Amino acid sequence: MDVLLTPSGGKKHLLLGNEAIVRGAIEAGLAFATCYPGTPSSEVPDTLYRLRKQNPDKVKYYFEYSTNEKVALECAAGAAASGLKTLCTMKHVGMNVAADPLMTLAYVGTRAGMVILCADDPSMFPSQNEQDNRYYARLNGLPMLEPSGAAQAKEMTKYAFELSEELMTPVILRTTTRVNHAREPVPFEKKARVKTQKKFEKAPMQLVTVPAVSRNLHLRLLNIHNQAQAISEKSPYNTIKGRGKWGVITNGVSACYVEDAVADLGAKSKIKVFTLGMSWPLPEKKLVRFIKSVDKVLIVEELEPIMEEAVRALAQEYGVKVEIAGKMKGQVPAKSVDVEPTQFFSRAFEYTPRLVRQSIADYFGIKHKDTAELKLAGMPVPPGRPPNLCAGCPHRATYHAIKEMYGQEAIYPTDIGCYTLGLLPPIQAADFLICMGSSVSSAGGIAMATGQKVIAFIGDSTFFHSGLTGLVNGVHNNHNFTLVILDNGTTAMTGHQPHPGVDTEAIGDITTHVPLEPLIKGLGVEHVTTIKPFKVRASQKAIKAAVDFEGVSVIISQELCPLYEKRVAPRSRKPFAIRENKCKGHMDCINKIACPAMFVEAGQARINTQACIGCALCAQICPENAILPVKG
Amino acid sequence: MSTQRIVFVGVGGQGNLLASNLLGQAALEAGEDVVVSEIHGMAQRGGVVESAVILGEATSPIVSVAEADVLVSFEPVEALRLLNKANKDTLVITNTRPLPPFTVAIGLAPYPESEDSVAFIKDKLDKVVAIDGQGLAEEAKNPLSLNMVMLGALFAAADLPIPVKTMKKVIRAKTKKRFAASNIKAFDLGYKAAA
Repeated sequence: MDVLLTPSGGKKHLLLGNEAIVRGAIEAGLAFATCYPGTPSSEVPDTLYRLRKQNPDKVKYYFEYSTNEKVALECAAGAAASGLKTLCTMKHVGMNVAADPLMTLAYVGTRAGMVILCADDPSMFPSQNEQDNRYYARLNGLPMLEPSGAAQAKEMTKYAFELSEELMTPVILRTTTRVNHAREPVPFEKKARVKTQKKFEKAPMQLVTVPAVSRNLHLRLLNIHNQAQAISEKSPYNTIKGRGKWGVITNGVSACYVEDAVADLGAKSKIKVFTLGMSWPLPEKKLVRFIKSVDKVLIVEELEPIMEEAVRALAQEYGVKVEIAGKMKGQVPAKSVDVEPTQFFSRAFEYTPRLVRQSIADYFGIKHKDTAELKLAGMPVPPGRPPNLCAGCPHRATYHAIKEMYGQEAIYPTDIGCYTLGLLPPIQAADFLICMGSSVSSAGGIAMATGQKVIAFIGDSTFFHSGLTGLVNGVHNNHNFTLVILDNGTTAMTGHQPHPGVDTEAIGDITTHVPLEPLIKGLGVEHVTTIKPFKVRASQKAIKAAVDFEGVSVIISQELCPLYEKRVAPRSRKPFAIRENKCKGHMDCINKIACPAMFVEAGQARINTQACIGCALCAQICPENAILPVKG
Repeated sequence: MSTQRIVFVGVGGQGNLLASNLLGQAALEAGEDVVVSEIHGMAQRGGVVESAVILGEATSPIVSVAEADVLVSFEPVEALRLLNKANKDTLVITNTRPLPPFTVAIGLAPYPESEDSVAFIKDKLDKVVAIDGQGLAEEAKNPLSLNMVMLGALFAAADLPIPVKTMKKVIRAKTKKRFAASNIKAFDLGYKAAA
């Protein structure tokens, strides 16, 4: 049996932060879970899905991959309103998609524990922005908990359900990448019993948000805020450690950096550390007592100066004369963090243990000596190693077909998924991207504003997530563009989760398949063609017809993700090799498609037959027909 | 015990995350405090993969510039890429077998010779172990066992508070059964090469 399902407590297990959240939910008696996957949150839903699939007799909760975060939250809200303990997970930008239901769900509240996981991503490891979702708690008035590591993530998840039931309001669990993706020993407690079916009890005057109801519900929310604030004042997650006349206020993973820094600097008897684990509502009285008890305070928080502004406001309100420091106001790092680690507390990028130690030492005037950095002048320059589309990835074939015909002439709005890697050379078919689904709608805007040829790219999962409404908009408003749906039959980027367009029979799921072509025709698109991208000539013919069509046209480029295919429906295709006697060194195979199975050795293009999966794209590109399947 | 910060770097597919996770498991079984951190994301798509195992009292899950005690690199130029994590006392263990990225194949950047990379590191640091880890993995008849070779080399070259016996027990228990024997062989070959 999977360790996460152990009924008893007691032992410690090495868990990823995200696995710890799952265990916390299971210990709390989770009955219902929804999500849209997204790094760094994905292992939470993926673990819930895997546990249920591998242990159908033991796992009682309902779980679904929803089509997007708004849908996930609304579905979860329905379950919670029906009295089930519910978890809904998303990455930080997913909360923007879910913001509409979230704002008014805060009014309506919940009838059982409901926890919303929101995973922020300082430094943007795989994300399009690094927004600070602590603002959301302030915007919608829901309590927020922020763990600093895996063990606390488990504990807080469990507590979040209790807090939610105590206040009858959803609770936001806010993590950052370093919490989601760090492992540490996590002590287990007993699993709770699960109730998975209840009756919906009608109460329209509390649950139907017409203005007359909402006016009362807003007052309800404000009263809950006051109650939550009283809880926050006494919360065991708002801790003060150490003693002395210097103060540090911190949260999340920064609390680890502060703890290590204080120990490394030998300052445990000089510095008092206030860690905000329940970060909204603020424990105002406790904070005021804290800042009154010290001479100066340093606020250590990644991203926005949220605690800093709050503490400054409290100091003003209560007339506390204390020196407060935090972000270097107005200062912007000269270089991005992938060039140089951040040198001071700025609003951009994650912090590091060294930065926190140096900043604490500098601010309080503690003598310290850091290990010297190596002088690396004259180092051989490591070549860039950006992620790349896999060997045999069908996206490469689709991109190649289109770039051959339209090159730099067409504008290519793109979207979020593996295929965003089409930005990189030699493909370079990506011109505009802001969020999930933006390819479709922005294509219409660009086409109407410029009259230029516009070919937009979106993945199948992203299309179901938020491409549908944009496509209807394009049809309705007579936009003129071609949408290419890169349909690889899965949600590849985040780990091969299913979505409505996936025929899940092969993976043994009982979900209903919603095929793309009839759906798109039903949306009113007149020109829809499905192509097989590894058939290069036929694909190009179909693409040309679509691009020539006046109005909205759709190409569905259909071919399974090779990584996914290897798992669910392996087929053996012969790898290809270059016949050196036929090869004349045009290097089209190398220069045009940059397949990771190809390399150059002493001026000769070669194929790594271990990596080649036999997609035959290069063979169709070679002007000498020198690329053929390996014999035998 | 003082803190020991071990950074692993490699290329997607080389098994870096498994290595750090197994080391973390072994630390837990040996009763050591441990934190393991990982950068996921595009690991399967040939990008750089970095992880860290922090043994001892520290609670921070990541290792800052100049603060790694050990840097284990699965690929020679990746050792260079993360060399800023090292200081003059850092132990660097690197595989010498190159795995050039596609940027090299399409002529966007040259690939430094493996010997030059190792020579540069040796010029900067006293404690450097450079082995053909991929060759040893192949000798163990399991080309995917480079991560086990590198773990073996780590146990030989670094002074870890975890018994080799515990590490091997974890490898046997947590890796696929049909690879268990070749994984242990690879670990031993790595250990021998770095001892």
